[in-house]
Amino acid sequence: MVPIKLKGRTISRGCAEGEVLLSRDPISFLGSVDPETGIVVEEKHALAGKSIKGKVLVFPHGKGSTVGSYVMYQLKKNEAAPVAIINLETEPIVAVGAIISEIPLVDMLEKSPYEFLKDGDIVLVNGSEGYIELLKSEGCKTEG
Amino acid sequence: MYLTKEEEQIQSGEAGETLRKAIEILVALGDIYGADRLIPIKSAQIAGVSYKTIGDAGLEWISDLEGQVKVPATLNPAGMDMEDWERLRISPEFAEKQKRIVQAYKKLGIRCGCTCTPYTLEGFSAGYGDHLAWSESSAISYANSVIGARTNREGGPSALSAALLGKTANYGFHLDENRVPEVSISVECSLRESDYGALGYVAGKIIGNRVPIFRIKDTPEKDDLKALGAAMAASGSVALYHVKGVTPEACRLDFREPEEKIIIERSQLDEVYESRKRAGKEPDLITIGCPHCSAAELKKVAELLGGKTVSKETWIFTSRELKNRYPEYIRSIEESGAKIVCDTCMVVSPATNSYSCVMVNSGKAFAYVPGMCGAESVYGDMEVCIEEATGGKGKKAGGSH
Repeated sequence: MVPIKLKGRTISRGCAEGEVLLSRDPISFLGSVDPETGIVVEEKHALAGKSIKGKVLVFPHGKGSTVGSYVMYQLKKNEAAPVAIINLETEPIVAVGAIISEIPLVDMLEKSPYEFLKDGDIVLVNGSEGYIELLKSEGCKTEG
Repeated sequence: MYLTKEEEQIQSGEAGETLRKAIEILVALGDIYGADRLIPIKSAQIAGVSYKTIGDAGLEWISDLEGQVKVPATLNPAGMDMEDWERLRISPEFAEKQKRIVQAYKKLGIRCGCTCTPYTLEGFSAGYGDHLAWSESSAISYANSVIGARTNREGGPSALSAALLGKTANYGFHLDENRVPEVSISVECSLRESDYGALGYVAGKIIGNRVPIFRIKDTPEKDDLKALGAAMAASGSVALYHVKGVTPEACRLDFREPEEKIIIERSQLDEVYESRKRAGKEPDLITIGCPHCSAAELKKVAELLGGKTVSKETWIFTSRELKNRYPEYIRSIEESGAKIVCDTCMVVSPATNSYSCVMVNSGKAFAYVPGMCGAESVYGDMEVCIEEATGGKGKKAGGSH
C-alpha cells in the first residue's frame, strides 16, 4: 500500500514507529497506568488490562492530576512507555509529560485518528515535523 | 509562536539538554493556548515538592536536570518540616526521599524556603503588572488578584522550565482581555475573619474557573483576601478575582459590570460552619495556617493561646522565614503545647493521614483534607479552633456570628 500521510500539530519532537493501540477514553497517567509495567490498571477503562508499552498510543486527551507528567517520565525510564502518542487535542499534563520523557506527540490531525486507524496498524509519528504516516494497515485490503 | 534567534538556538539544543526541554515545554504550552511569543518573568514559584504528591517519578525527573535558574525561584511546601520531621512522626524512608527532592531543586539554584505564601519572603516581592510563573494555586490567586501581578496556573514542570529560562509563554492571565470579570457576586451579609474562607469555598463551587468580581460591604484585610482566594482555587479553579473598591485592578480599571450575577447569602456560609455539627466524630487534630500564617495571624494565634494548654494535637503552619522573624510569637504558641510546623502543611504532609477528623479555619484545607488525607474536615474560625484545641466548650456551630 501507499503510505497515507496526515498532517497534525507538533507537541513533542522526535520520530518513532510502532503498532497502534486506540483508546476512546481519556487517560490519567497517575493512577490509571502501572509505572513499572505500562499496564492500564484503571477498572472500566477502555484499555483495562492492556499494556501501552512500545505502542503508538492514541487517546483523546489526558485527565487527572498534574503528577501524571512525572509518571510518563517514570514509564520511559522503566522502558514501559509508549513509543509515540497521537491525541485529538493534547492538554498540558500529557504535553509536558511527553516532552520531558522524549515521547513524540502529534495532535489535531487533519482527519480523526479514530476514523482511519485500527489496533495493530503500523504508524510512523514524526513529532518534529508534525505528521503521522500509516505504513501498514491491519485488515484493510482496499487501501493501496 | 515567534522565537528570537537566541531562543531558536536553545530550541535546537545549543544551550544543552535541560534548556532544550525547558523551552520545548514552554513552546508546546504556548502553541496549545495560542501564545505569540515568550515574555520575561520576574520570579518563579515551583509546585511538585512533596514526596507525597510527586513520588519517585517526580524525584527522578528533577534529579536529572542540570543548570541554574535565571530568575529568583522558590518552592511550594514539602511533605514535612525539613528540620524537625521526627516530631510529626514522618517515617525515615519518607524523610530521606523528601530531602533528596529538595536537594535536587537546591542544586538548580532554587531557594528552599518551602512556602505557599512566597509573597511574604524577603527579596521575592511581586508588583502590579509583573509577569510571574507561579504554580501554587493560592499564591497564584494572591499574585493575580491582591497584587495585580500576572501569572497562569503553572504546573510543576512548566514553572521550573520558566525559572530555568527566565521566561514564560504569553497567554492566558498575562493578557488584559483574559483578566476581565465574567461574573458578578454580591455578598449580602457582612463578613469577618473565617467568613472569607467559607465564602471562597461556596463561590469556587459555583464559578469554576471563571473570573469573578465581588461586591462586599466590608473592607477585607490582606489575610482575608488570601483566605478567600485560596478557598476558591481549591473548591473551584479560580486563578483571578476582583473585589470592587478593594483589589488593584478593580480600583484602577473601569470594568464593565458582567451580565451574570450571583447572590450569596449568610445561610450558604452557615452551611460550611455546620460541618462541625454534621461531623460524625470529634476533631482529633486542629490545624491553622492554610495558606501559611502571616505575621498578623501568628500574633493572633499567640494571643489566643497565651497562658493556655492544648489538650488536642494542634499544628500551626507558617514559613520558616516568618518563624525565624517572630520568635516571641513562636515561643508563646509552643508554650501551650501547640506545634509550629514549617515547610509543609496539613494537606501535603502524610502526617495528617493518621487522624480521622481535622478541624480547620481554612476553606482550602476544608476542601482538600477529605480527598488528600482521608480524614473528615470541619470548619470553624480561629477562635473556635483554639477553643477546641484547649478543651473548649463542646459541640457548637463553630461560627463567628
